[in-house]
Amino acid sequence: MKVEETPLPGIGVRKDIVTASGRRIGTVTQRGGETELIVSRADDPDACLASIPLTAEEASALGNLLGSHEIVAQLTEDHRDLPGVNTRQFLIDVDSPYDGRKLGDTKMRTRTSVSLVAVLRRGQVQASPTPDFTLAAGDLLVAVGTSEGLDAAAEILSGG
Amino acid sequence: MENHSALVLIELGAVFLGLGILGRLAGRIGLSPIPLYLIGGLFFGQGGFVELDGLEEFSEIASEIGVILLLLLLGLEYTAGELVTGLKQSWMAGVLDILLNFLPGAIVALMLGWGGVGALVLGGVTYISSSGIIAKVLTDLGRLGNRETPVILSLLVFEDLAMAIYLPILTTVLAGVSFAGGLQAVGVSLVVVTIVLVIALRFGRTVSAIVDSKDREVFLLTLIGGALLVAGFAAAMQVSAAVGAFLLGIAISGATATNATRLLEPLRDLFAAIFFVVFGLNTDPATIPPVLGYALLLAAITAATKVATGWWAAKRQGVGKLGRARAGAALIARGEFSIVIAGLAVASGAITDELAALATAYVLLMAVLGPVAARLAEPAMRLVLRMTPQPA
Repeated sequence: MKVEETPLPGIGVRKDIVTASGRRIGTVTQRGGETELIVSRADDPDACLASIPLTAEEASALGNLLGSHEIVAQLTEDHRDLPGVNTRQFLIDVDSPYDGRKLGDTKMRTRTSVSLVAVLRRGQVQASPTPDFTLAAGDLLVAVGTSEGLDAAAEILSGG
Repeated sequence: MENHSALVLIELGAVFLGLGILGRLAGRIGLSPIPLYLIGGLFFGQGGFVELDGLEEFSEIASEIGVILLLLLLGLEYTAGELVTGLKQSWMAGVLDILLNFLPGAIVALMLGWGGVGALVLGGVTYISSSGIIAKVLTDLGRLGNRETPVILSLLVFEDLAMAIYLPILTTVLAGVSFAGGLQAVGVSLVVVTIVLVIALRFGRTVSAIVDSKDREVFLLTLIGGALLVAGFAAAMQVSAAVGAFLLGIAISGATATNATRLLEPLRDLFAAIFFVVFGLNTDPATIPPVLGYALLLAAITAATKVATGWWAAKRQGVGKLGRARAGAALIARGEFSIVIAGLAVASGAITDELAALATAYVLLMAVLGPVAARLAEPAMRLVLRMTPQPA
Protein backbone atom coordinates (compact mmCIF):
# COMPACT_ATOMS: atom_id res chain seq x y z
CA MET A 1 0.00 0.00 0.00
CA LYS A 2 1.52 3.28 -1.09
CA VAL A 3 0.57 6.46 0.71
CA GLU A 4 1.14 9.35 -1.63
CA GLU A 5 2.28 12.59 -0.01
CA THR A 6 1.74 15.78 -1.99
CA PRO A 7 2.88 19.14 -0.61
CA LEU A 8 0.35 21.95 -0.99
CA PRO A 9 2.53 25.08 -0.92
CA GLY A 10 1.20 27.69 1.45
CA ILE A 11 -1.52 25.39 2.75
CA GLY A 12 -0.18 22.10 4.06
CA VAL A 13 0.05 18.56 2.84
CA ARG A 14 -2.25 16.02 1.20
CA LYS A 15 -1.82 12.33 1.94
CA ASP A 16 -3.90 9.79 0.10
CA ILE A 17 -4.14 6.20 -1.03
CA VAL A 18 -5.91 4.75 -4.03
CA THR A 19 -8.21 1.93 -2.95
CA ALA A 20 -8.80 -1.32 -4.83
CA SER A 21 -12.14 0.12 -5.96
CA GLY A 22 -10.33 3.03 -7.58
CA ARG A 23 -11.21 5.73 -5.05
CA ARG A 24 -8.71 8.15 -3.64
CA ILE A 25 -9.08 8.42 0.14
CA GLY A 26 -6.92 10.46 2.42
CA THR A 27 -6.40 13.59 4.44
CA VAL A 28 -5.49 17.20 3.87
CA THR A 29 -3.64 18.62 6.85
CA GLN A 30 -3.29 22.36 6.96
CA ARG A 31 -0.35 24.18 8.55
CA GLY A 32 -2.32 25.05 11.64
CA GLY A 33 -3.11 21.34 12.17
CA GLU A 34 -6.70 21.35 10.83
CA THR A 35 -7.34 18.00 9.19
CA GLU A 36 -9.88 17.12 6.55
CA LEU A 37 -10.92 13.67 5.41
CA ILE A 38 -11.13 13.57 1.63
CA VAL A 39 -12.87 11.07 -0.64
CA SER A 40 -12.58 11.34 -4.40
CA ARG A 41 -15.57 11.39 -6.77
CA ALA A 42 -16.40 8.27 -8.72
CA ASP A 43 -16.87 10.02 -12.06
CA ASP A 44 -13.98 12.44 -11.61
CA PRO A 45 -11.12 10.97 -9.55
CA ASP A 46 -9.26 14.32 -9.56
CA ALA A 47 -12.01 16.00 -7.58
CA CYS A 48 -13.32 15.38 -4.09
CA LEU A 49 -16.80 14.18 -3.31
CA ALA A 50 -16.40 15.44 0.20
CA SER A 51 -13.84 17.05 2.42
CA ILE A 52 -14.91 16.68 5.98
CA PRO A 53 -13.20 18.71 8.69
CA LEU A 54 -12.14 16.52 11.61
CA THR A 55 -11.01 17.55 15.08
CA ALA A 56 -7.92 15.77 16.44
CA GLU A 57 -10.17 13.57 18.57
CA GLU A 58 -12.48 12.70 15.70
CA ALA A 59 -9.54 11.85 13.47
CA SER A 60 -8.01 9.54 16.04
CA ALA A 61 -11.39 7.95 16.79
CA LEU A 62 -11.92 7.32 13.08
CA GLY A 63 -8.42 5.88 12.80
CA ASN A 64 -9.21 3.57 15.73
CA LEU A 65 -12.50 2.44 14.20
CA LEU A 66 -10.79 1.52 10.97
CA GLY A 67 -7.72 0.10 12.71
CA SER A 68 -9.80 -2.09 15.02
CA HIS A 69 -11.33 -3.94 12.12
CA GLU A 70 -8.69 -6.64 12.07
CA ILE A 71 -8.51 -7.21 15.82
CA VAL A 72 -12.33 -7.44 16.18
CA ALA A 73 -12.58 -9.85 13.27
CA GLN A 74 -9.93 -12.01 14.92
CA LEU A 75 -11.74 -12.01 18.29
CA THR A 76 -15.10 -12.78 16.71
CA GLU A 77 -13.49 -15.65 14.91
CA ASP A 78 -12.01 -16.91 18.20
CA HIS A 79 -15.37 -16.82 19.98
CA ARG A 80 -17.41 -18.26 17.17
CA ASP A 81 -17.82 -21.57 18.91
CA LEU A 82 -18.90 -19.96 22.18
CA PRO A 83 -22.57 -19.04 21.84
CA GLY A 84 -23.59 -15.86 23.68
CA VAL A 85 -20.10 -14.34 23.71
CA ASN A 86 -19.80 -11.18 21.66
CA THR A 87 -17.15 -8.63 20.80
CA ARG A 88 -18.05 -4.98 20.85
CA GLN A 89 -16.20 -1.68 20.61
CA PHE A 90 -16.71 1.37 22.77
CA LEU A 91 -15.47 4.84 22.03
CA ILE A 92 -14.48 7.04 24.96
CA ASP A 93 -16.39 10.24 24.27
CA VAL A 94 -15.23 13.73 25.26
CA ASP A 95 -18.04 13.85 27.83
CA SER A 96 -17.41 10.34 29.13
CA PRO A 97 -16.82 10.40 32.90
CA TYR A 98 -13.79 8.17 32.34
CA ASP A 99 -11.93 10.58 30.06
CA GLY A 100 -8.64 11.02 31.95
CA ARG A 101 -9.37 8.32 34.55
CA LYS A 102 -7.84 4.91 35.05
CA LEU A 103 -9.28 1.82 33.46
CA GLY A 104 -9.50 0.21 36.93
CA ASP A 105 -11.92 2.96 38.00
CA THR A 106 -14.60 1.51 35.71
CA LYS A 107 -14.62 -1.75 37.76
CA MET A 108 -15.87 -3.23 34.54
CA ARG A 109 -15.08 -6.85 35.33
CA THR A 110 -16.85 -6.78 38.72
CA ARG A 111 -19.88 -4.84 37.53
CA THR A 112 -20.55 -6.47 34.15
CA SER A 113 -18.19 -9.46 33.87
CA VAL A 114 -17.09 -7.96 30.56
CA SER A 115 -13.40 -8.24 29.63
CA LEU A 116 -11.64 -5.28 28.10
CA VAL A 117 -9.16 -7.02 25.84
CA ALA A 118 -7.58 -4.10 23.99
CA VAL A 119 -7.44 -0.33 23.73
CA LEU A 120 -6.78 1.39 20.44
CA ARG A 121 -5.20 4.82 20.52
CA ARG A 122 -3.91 6.73 17.50
CA GLY A 123 -3.84 3.56 15.47
CA GLN A 124 -1.74 1.73 18.09
CA VAL A 125 -3.09 -1.35 19.81
CA GLN A 126 -2.60 -1.75 23.54
CA ALA A 127 -3.39 -5.43 24.15
CA SER A 128 -4.64 -6.52 27.61
CA PRO A 129 -4.53 -3.07 29.22
CA THR A 130 -3.79 -3.10 32.96
CA PRO A 131 -6.14 -1.43 35.49
CA ASP A 132 -3.76 1.55 35.83
CA PHE A 133 -4.07 2.38 32.11
CA THR A 134 -5.32 5.98 31.83
CA LEU A 135 -8.18 6.43 29.39
CA ALA A 136 -8.50 9.43 27.13
CA ALA A 137 -11.21 10.74 24.83
CA GLY A 138 -10.89 9.14 21.41
CA ASP A 139 -9.71 5.78 22.80
CA LEU A 140 -11.52 2.77 21.42
CA LEU A 141 -12.06 -0.12 23.86
CA VAL A 142 -12.50 -3.62 22.52
CA ALA A 143 -14.64 -5.64 24.90
CA VAL A 144 -15.71 -9.28 25.05
CA GLY A 145 -18.77 -10.47 27.00
CA THR A 146 -22.43 -11.39 26.91
CA SER A 147 -24.94 -9.10 25.21
CA GLU A 148 -26.38 -7.95 28.56
CA GLY A 149 -22.93 -7.39 29.99
CA LEU A 150 -21.88 -5.35 26.98
CA ASP A 151 -25.05 -3.22 27.19
CA ALA A 152 -24.26 -2.51 30.83
CA ALA A 153 -20.67 -1.68 29.91
CA ALA A 154 -21.89 0.86 27.35
CA GLU A 155 -24.02 2.51 30.06
CA ILE A 156 -21.10 2.73 32.44
CA LEU A 157 -18.67 4.19 29.92
CA SER A 158 -21.03 6.86 28.68
CA GLY A 159 -22.76 7.85 31.89
CA GLY A 160 -20.82 6.37 34.80
CA MET B 1 -5.57 71.58 16.03
CA GLU B 2 -7.92 69.62 18.24
CA ASN B 3 -10.71 70.19 15.77
CA HIS B 4 -8.48 68.91 13.02
CA SER B 5 -7.67 65.62 14.74
CA ALA B 6 -11.32 65.21 15.69
CA LEU B 7 -12.23 65.58 12.03
CA VAL B 8 -9.58 63.05 10.98
CA LEU B 9 -10.82 60.55 13.57
CA ILE B 10 -14.39 60.95 12.41
CA GLU B 11 -13.39 60.55 8.78
CA LEU B 12 -11.23 57.49 9.49
CA GLY B 13 -13.94 55.93 11.58
CA ALA B 14 -16.51 56.51 8.86
CA VAL B 15 -14.19 54.99 6.25
CA PHE B 16 -13.48 51.87 8.33
CA LEU B 17 -17.14 51.45 9.22
CA GLY B 18 -18.01 51.77 5.57
CA LEU B 19 -15.40 49.14 4.69
CA GLY B 20 -16.75 46.86 7.38
CA ILE B 21 -20.21 47.09 5.85
CA LEU B 22 -18.79 46.47 2.38
CA GLY B 23 -16.79 43.49 3.68
CA ARG B 24 -19.91 42.03 5.25
CA LEU B 25 -21.77 42.50 1.98
CA ALA B 26 -18.92 40.81 0.09
CA GLY B 27 -19.02 37.84 2.45
CA ARG B 28 -22.80 37.58 2.03
CA ILE B 29 -22.55 37.21 -1.74
CA GLY B 30 -19.34 35.17 -1.65
CA LEU B 31 -17.14 37.88 -3.16
CA SER B 32 -13.63 39.00 -2.39
CA PRO B 33 -13.85 42.33 -0.51
CA ILE B 34 -11.05 43.86 -2.62
CA PRO B 35 -13.27 45.13 -5.48
CA LEU B 36 -15.69 46.62 -2.97
CA TYR B 37 -12.85 48.40 -1.15
CA LEU B 38 -11.73 49.86 -4.47
CA ILE B 39 -15.26 51.02 -5.22
CA GLY B 40 -15.42 52.47 -1.73
CA GLY B 41 -12.26 54.44 -2.49
CA LEU B 42 -13.60 55.62 -5.83
CA PHE B 43 -16.78 56.78 -4.14
CA PHE B 44 -14.85 59.10 -1.84
CA GLY B 45 -11.96 61.36 -2.64
CA GLN B 46 -10.78 62.88 -5.86
CA GLY B 47 -13.72 63.38 -8.21
CA GLY B 48 -15.88 61.17 -6.04
CA PHE B 49 -19.01 62.11 -4.18
CA VAL B 50 -17.37 63.11 -0.91
CA GLU B 51 -14.00 64.77 -0.53
CA LEU B 52 -11.99 63.69 2.50
CA ASP B 53 -9.61 66.27 3.91
CA GLY B 54 -6.74 65.85 6.32
CA LEU B 55 -6.41 62.09 5.84
CA GLU B 56 -3.62 62.21 3.27
CA GLU B 57 -0.67 62.08 5.64
CA PHE B 58 -1.94 59.12 7.62
CA SER B 59 -3.42 57.23 4.71
CA GLU B 60 -0.27 57.58 2.61
CA ILE B 61 2.04 55.94 5.16
CA ALA B 62 -0.67 53.48 6.20
CA SER B 63 -1.16 52.30 2.64
CA GLU B 64 2.60 51.87 2.25
CA ILE B 65 2.61 49.73 5.38
CA GLY B 66 -0.30 47.85 3.80
CA VAL B 67 1.85 46.95 0.80
CA ILE B 68 4.75 45.89 3.03
CA LEU B 69 2.47 43.65 5.10
CA LEU B 70 0.84 42.15 1.99
CA LEU B 71 4.26 41.15 0.69
CA LEU B 72 5.62 40.07 4.09
CA LEU B 73 2.72 37.67 4.53
CA LEU B 74 3.11 36.45 0.98
CA GLY B 75 6.71 35.59 1.83
CA LEU B 76 5.63 33.90 5.06
CA GLU B 77 3.13 31.77 3.17
CA TYR B 78 5.78 29.71 1.43
CA THR B 79 8.89 28.12 2.89
CA ALA B 80 12.14 28.39 0.97
CA GLY B 81 11.96 24.65 0.32
CA GLU B 82 8.51 25.00 -1.25
CA LEU B 83 9.76 27.83 -3.43
CA VAL B 84 12.67 25.76 -4.71
CA THR B 85 10.59 22.65 -5.43
CA GLY B 86 7.87 24.83 -6.93
CA LEU B 87 10.46 26.39 -9.21
CA LYS B 88 11.81 23.00 -10.25
CA GLN B 89 8.43 21.41 -10.87
CA SER B 90 6.57 24.20 -12.54
CA TRP B 91 9.12 26.37 -14.32
CA MET B 92 7.81 25.43 -17.75
CA ALA B 93 4.22 26.23 -16.82
CA GLY B 94 5.57 29.33 -15.05
CA VAL B 95 7.30 30.60 -18.18
CA LEU B 96 4.17 29.92 -20.25
CA ASP B 97 2.20 31.84 -17.60
CA ILE B 98 4.48 34.87 -18.03
CA LEU B 99 4.32 34.77 -21.84
CA LEU B 100 0.55 34.32 -22.06
CA ASN B 101 -0.44 36.77 -19.35
CA PHE B 102 2.22 39.47 -19.32
CA LEU B 103 2.18 40.08 -23.06
CA PRO B 104 -1.53 41.01 -23.47
CA GLY B 105 -1.20 43.79 -20.90
CA ALA B 106 2.10 44.97 -22.35
CA ILE B 107 0.75 44.99 -25.91
CA VAL B 108 -2.40 46.92 -24.99
CA ALA B 109 -0.26 49.49 -23.15
CA LEU B 110 1.95 49.91 -26.22
CA MET B 111 -1.12 50.20 -28.47
CA LEU B 112 -2.44 52.99 -26.26
CA GLY B 113 0.87 54.78 -26.59
CA TRP B 114 1.94 54.45 -22.96
CA GLY B 115 5.47 53.44 -23.87
CA GLY B 116 7.85 50.88 -22.39
CA VAL B 117 7.20 51.88 -18.78
CA GLY B 118 3.45 51.60 -19.26
CA ALA B 119 3.91 48.20 -20.90
CA LEU B 120 6.01 46.95 -17.99
CA VAL B 121 3.37 48.11 -15.50
CA LEU B 122 0.26 46.87 -17.30
CA GLY B 123 1.96 43.57 -18.18
CA GLY B 124 2.63 43.03 -14.49
CA VAL B 125 -0.98 43.91 -13.62
CA THR B 126 -2.40 41.32 -16.04
CA TYR B 127 0.23 38.68 -15.20
CA ILE B 128 -0.04 38.26 -11.46
CA SER B 129 -2.92 36.18 -10.13
CA SER B 130 -4.35 36.91 -6.72
CA SER B 131 -3.05 34.19 -4.42
CA GLY B 132 -5.27 35.57 -1.65
CA ILE B 133 -8.51 35.25 -3.63
CA ILE B 134 -7.49 31.90 -5.14
CA ALA B 135 -6.52 30.25 -1.86
CA LYS B 136 -9.84 31.36 -0.38
CA VAL B 137 -11.84 30.09 -3.35
CA LEU B 138 -10.10 26.70 -3.25
CA THR B 139 -10.79 26.38 0.46
CA ASP B 140 -14.41 27.54 0.18
CA LEU B 141 -15.16 25.18 -2.69
CA GLY B 142 -13.58 22.25 -0.82
CA ARG B 143 -10.97 21.69 -3.48
CA LEU B 144 -7.89 21.36 -1.27
CA GLY B 145 -7.86 17.60 -1.80
CA ASN B 146 -8.23 17.84 -5.57
CA ARG B 147 -5.44 16.67 -7.83
CA GLU B 148 -5.24 19.93 -9.76
CA THR B 149 -4.83 22.00 -6.60
CA PRO B 150 -1.06 21.44 -6.18
CA VAL B 151 -0.68 22.48 -9.84
CA ILE B 152 -2.47 25.76 -9.15
CA LEU B 153 -0.50 26.37 -5.97
CA SER B 154 2.88 25.75 -7.54
CA LEU B 155 2.03 28.19 -10.34
CA LEU B 156 1.24 30.76 -7.66
CA VAL B 157 4.58 29.99 -6.02
CA PHE B 158 6.31 30.61 -9.32
CA GLU B 159 4.46 33.89 -9.78
CA ASP B 160 5.57 35.03 -6.36
CA LEU B 161 9.20 34.37 -7.18
CA ALA B 162 8.72 36.20 -10.45
CA MET B 163 7.37 39.14 -8.40
CA ALA B 164 10.59 39.18 -6.39
CA ILE B 165 12.51 39.76 -9.61
CA TYR B 166 9.90 41.99 -11.24
CA LEU B 167 9.28 44.51 -8.47
CA PRO B 168 12.91 45.73 -8.18
CA ILE B 169 13.04 46.13 -11.97
CA LEU B 170 9.77 48.04 -11.89
CA THR B 171 11.01 50.31 -9.09
CA THR B 172 14.21 51.21 -10.94
CA VAL B 173 12.44 51.76 -14.25
CA LEU B 174 9.77 53.90 -12.57
CA ALA B 175 12.55 55.94 -10.98
CA GLY B 176 13.57 56.85 -14.53
CA VAL B 177 16.78 54.84 -14.66
CA SER B 178 18.19 54.00 -18.08
CA PHE B 179 17.95 50.60 -19.77
CA ALA B 180 21.44 49.74 -18.54
CA GLY B 181 20.36 50.71 -15.04
CA GLY B 182 17.35 48.44 -15.46
CA LEU B 183 19.60 45.55 -16.41
CA GLN B 184 21.73 46.24 -13.37
CA ALA B 185 18.60 46.10 -11.24
CA VAL B 186 17.76 42.71 -12.71
CA GLY B 187 21.26 41.49 -11.86
CA VAL B 188 21.13 42.87 -8.33
CA SER B 189 17.66 41.46 -7.61
CA LEU B 190 18.58 38.02 -8.99
CA VAL B 191 21.65 37.92 -6.75
CA VAL B 192 19.73 39.18 -3.71
CA VAL B 193 16.87 36.70 -4.21
CA THR B 194 19.33 33.83 -4.59
CA ILE B 195 21.26 34.85 -1.47
CA VAL B 196 18.05 35.11 0.56
CA LEU B 197 16.87 31.71 -0.68
CA VAL B 198 20.20 30.14 0.27
CA ILE B 199 20.12 31.82 3.69
CA ALA B 200 16.52 30.70 4.18
CA LEU B 201 17.32 27.12 3.16
CA ARG B 202 20.51 26.84 5.25
CA PHE B 203 19.90 29.17 8.15
CA GLY B 204 16.11 29.51 8.13
CA ARG B 205 16.02 28.23 11.70
CA THR B 206 18.53 30.78 12.91
CA VAL B 207 16.64 33.65 11.28
CA SER B 208 13.39 32.33 12.74
CA ALA B 209 14.99 31.92 16.16
CA ILE B 210 16.18 35.55 16.11
CA VAL B 211 12.69 36.97 15.45
CA ASP B 212 10.78 34.36 17.42
CA SER B 213 9.51 35.07 20.90
CA LYS B 214 7.05 33.37 23.22
CA ASP B 215 5.67 36.74 24.19
CA ARG B 216 3.09 37.82 21.61
CA GLU B 217 3.75 41.50 22.08
CA VAL B 218 7.52 41.16 21.72
CA PHE B 219 7.07 38.90 18.70
CA LEU B 220 4.72 41.35 17.00
CA LEU B 221 6.99 44.33 17.59
CA THR B 222 10.06 42.41 16.40
CA LEU B 223 8.27 41.30 13.25
CA ILE B 224 6.89 44.71 12.35
CA GLY B 225 10.15 46.43 13.27
CA GLY B 226 12.18 43.98 11.22
CA ALA B 227 9.87 44.23 8.23
CA LEU B 228 9.81 48.04 8.21
CA LEU B 229 13.59 48.25 8.65
CA VAL B 230 14.30 45.78 5.86
CA ALA B 231 11.70 47.46 3.63
CA GLY B 232 13.12 50.89 4.35
CA PHE B 233 16.70 49.85 3.61
CA ALA B 234 15.56 48.06 0.45
CA ALA B 235 13.77 51.22 -0.66
CA ALA B 236 16.85 53.32 0.08
CA MET B 237 18.88 50.96 -2.12
CA GLN B 238 16.23 51.24 -4.87
CA VAL B 239 15.34 47.53 -4.59
CA SER B 240 11.66 48.20 -3.71
CA ALA B 241 10.44 48.20 -0.13
CA ALA B 242 7.86 45.53 -0.88
CA VAL B 243 10.46 43.04 -2.07
CA GLY B 244 12.53 43.59 1.06
CA ALA B 245 9.52 42.58 3.17
CA PHE B 246 8.78 39.64 0.88
CA LEU B 247 12.32 38.29 1.23
CA LEU B 248 12.21 38.68 5.01
CA GLY B 249 9.01 36.65 4.94
CA ILE B 250 10.71 33.88 2.99
CA ALA B 251 13.64 33.78 5.41
CA ILE B 252 11.30 33.15 8.34
CA SER B 253 10.13 29.55 8.31
CA GLY B 254 8.46 26.71 10.17
CA ALA B 255 6.35 27.24 13.26
CA THR B 256 7.62 30.81 13.57
CA ALA B 257 6.17 31.59 10.14
CA THR B 258 2.81 30.02 11.02
CA ASN B 259 2.61 32.00 14.26
CA ALA B 260 3.72 35.19 12.54
CA THR B 261 1.01 34.77 9.91
CA ARG B 262 -1.64 34.29 12.55
CA LEU B 263 -0.46 37.37 14.42
CA LEU B 264 -0.06 39.64 11.40
CA GLU B 265 -3.14 38.69 9.41
CA PRO B 266 -5.54 41.13 11.10
CA LEU B 267 -2.99 43.94 10.78
CA ARG B 268 -2.47 43.13 7.13
CA ASP B 269 -6.22 43.14 6.50
CA LEU B 270 -6.52 46.55 8.15
CA PHE B 271 -3.61 48.22 6.37
CA ALA B 272 -4.24 46.51 3.04
CA ALA B 273 -7.84 47.77 3.18
CA ILE B 274 -6.48 51.30 3.64
CA PHE B 275 -4.14 50.69 0.71
CA PHE B 276 -6.99 49.62 -1.59
CA VAL B 277 -9.13 52.56 -0.51
CA VAL B 278 -6.29 55.03 -1.00
CA PHE B 279 -5.68 53.61 -4.46
CA GLY B 280 -9.36 54.08 -5.23
CA LEU B 281 -9.30 57.56 -3.64
CA ASN B 282 -6.50 58.65 -5.94
CA THR B 283 -8.32 57.40 -9.01
CA ASP B 284 -10.83 59.79 -10.48
CA PRO B 285 -13.97 57.76 -11.29
CA ALA B 286 -14.53 59.98 -14.34
CA THR B 287 -11.38 58.49 -15.93
CA ILE B 288 -12.79 54.95 -15.90
CA PRO B 289 -15.57 54.99 -18.54
CA PRO B 290 -13.20 55.97 -21.41
CA VAL B 291 -10.92 52.96 -20.68
CA LEU B 292 -13.68 50.51 -19.79
CA GLY B 293 -13.71 49.01 -23.29
CA TYR B 294 -10.00 48.21 -23.05
CA ALA B 295 -10.47 46.81 -19.56
CA LEU B 296 -13.19 44.46 -20.85
CA LEU B 297 -11.01 43.42 -23.78
CA LEU B 298 -8.04 42.73 -21.49
CA ALA B 299 -10.29 40.89 -19.06
CA ALA B 300 -11.60 38.60 -21.80
CA ILE B 301 -8.14 37.91 -23.26
CA THR B 302 -6.32 37.36 -19.98
CA ALA B 303 -9.12 35.21 -18.59
CA ALA B 304 -8.67 32.97 -21.62
CA THR B 305 -4.88 32.96 -21.33
CA LYS B 306 -4.97 32.06 -17.63
CA VAL B 307 -7.38 29.21 -18.41
CA ALA B 308 -4.96 28.05 -21.12
CA THR B 309 -2.04 28.20 -18.66
CA GLY B 310 -3.88 26.22 -15.99
CA TRP B 311 -5.22 23.74 -18.54
CA TRP B 312 -1.76 23.05 -19.92
CA ALA B 313 -0.09 22.80 -16.50
CA ALA B 314 -2.77 20.43 -15.16
CA LYS B 315 -2.63 18.29 -18.28
CA ARG B 316 1.10 17.85 -17.80
CA GLN B 317 0.41 16.44 -14.33
CA GLY B 318 -2.02 13.89 -15.75
CA VAL B 319 -5.17 15.63 -14.51
CA GLY B 320 -8.40 14.95 -16.44
CA LYS B 321 -10.39 17.47 -18.48
CA LEU B 322 -12.70 18.58 -15.67
CA GLY B 323 -9.71 19.17 -13.42
CA ARG B 324 -7.91 21.09 -16.15
CA ALA B 325 -10.90 23.39 -16.56
CA ARG B 326 -11.04 23.90 -12.78
CA ALA B 327 -7.31 24.69 -12.63
CA GLY B 328 -7.55 27.18 -15.48
CA ALA B 329 -10.59 29.00 -14.14
CA ALA B 330 -9.22 29.15 -10.61
CA LEU B 331 -6.22 31.13 -11.83
CA ILE B 332 -8.29 33.91 -13.44
CA ALA B 333 -8.65 36.06 -10.32
CA ARG B 334 -6.41 39.12 -10.16
CA GLY B 335 -6.42 41.28 -7.10
CA GLU B 336 -4.13 42.65 -4.43
CA PHE B 337 -0.82 42.31 -6.26
CA SER B 338 -2.08 43.87 -9.49
CA ILE B 339 -3.12 46.86 -7.39
CA VAL B 340 0.27 46.83 -5.62
CA ILE B 341 1.98 47.11 -9.01
CA ALA B 342 -0.37 49.83 -10.25
CA GLY B 343 -0.05 51.60 -6.89
CA LEU B 344 3.77 51.69 -7.12
CA ALA B 345 3.47 53.08 -10.63
CA VAL B 346 0.98 55.75 -9.62
CA ALA B 347 3.07 56.79 -6.62
CA SER B 348 6.09 57.32 -8.85
CA GLY B 349 4.15 59.64 -11.11
CA ALA B 350 5.75 57.99 -14.14
CA ILE B 351 2.49 56.81 -15.70
CA THR B 352 -0.68 58.45 -16.95
CA ASP B 353 -3.90 58.60 -14.96
CA GLU B 354 -5.54 56.53 -17.67
CA LEU B 355 -3.30 53.57 -16.85
CA ALA B 356 -4.32 53.72 -13.19
CA ALA B 357 -7.96 53.91 -14.27
CA LEU B 358 -7.55 50.94 -16.61
CA ALA B 359 -5.78 48.92 -13.90
CA THR B 360 -8.59 49.73 -11.44
CA ALA B 361 -11.33 48.74 -13.87
CA TYR B 362 -9.42 45.60 -14.83
CA VAL B 363 -8.91 44.43 -11.25
CA LEU B 364 -12.54 45.24 -10.41
CA LEU B 365 -13.60 42.96 -13.26
CA MET B 366 -11.14 40.16 -12.56
CA ALA B 367 -11.59 40.04 -8.79
CA VAL B 368 -15.31 39.52 -9.36
CA LEU B 369 -15.04 37.30 -12.43
CA GLY B 370 -12.33 35.03 -10.96
CA PRO B 371 -14.29 33.38 -8.13
CA VAL B 372 -17.42 33.17 -10.31
CA ALA B 373 -15.47 31.47 -13.10
CA ALA B 374 -13.86 29.07 -10.61
CA ARG B 375 -17.35 28.02 -9.52
CA LEU B 376 -18.81 27.71 -13.01
CA ALA B 377 -15.87 26.02 -14.76
CA GLU B 378 -16.85 22.50 -13.76
CA PRO B 379 -20.55 22.59 -14.74
CA ALA B 380 -19.60 24.36 -17.97
CA MET B 381 -17.05 21.70 -18.78
CA ARG B 382 -19.56 18.96 -18.03
CA LEU B 383 -21.93 20.56 -20.51
CA VAL B 384 -19.19 20.65 -23.13
CA LEU B 385 -18.31 17.03 -22.49
CA ARG B 386 -22.00 16.09 -22.29
CA MET B 387 -21.35 14.49 -18.93
CA THR B 388 -24.11 14.25 -16.41
CA PRO B 389 -23.03 14.35 -12.80
CA GLN B 390 -23.30 10.82 -11.51
CA PRO B 391 -24.38 10.03 -8.02
CA ALA B 392 -21.28 9.26 -6.02
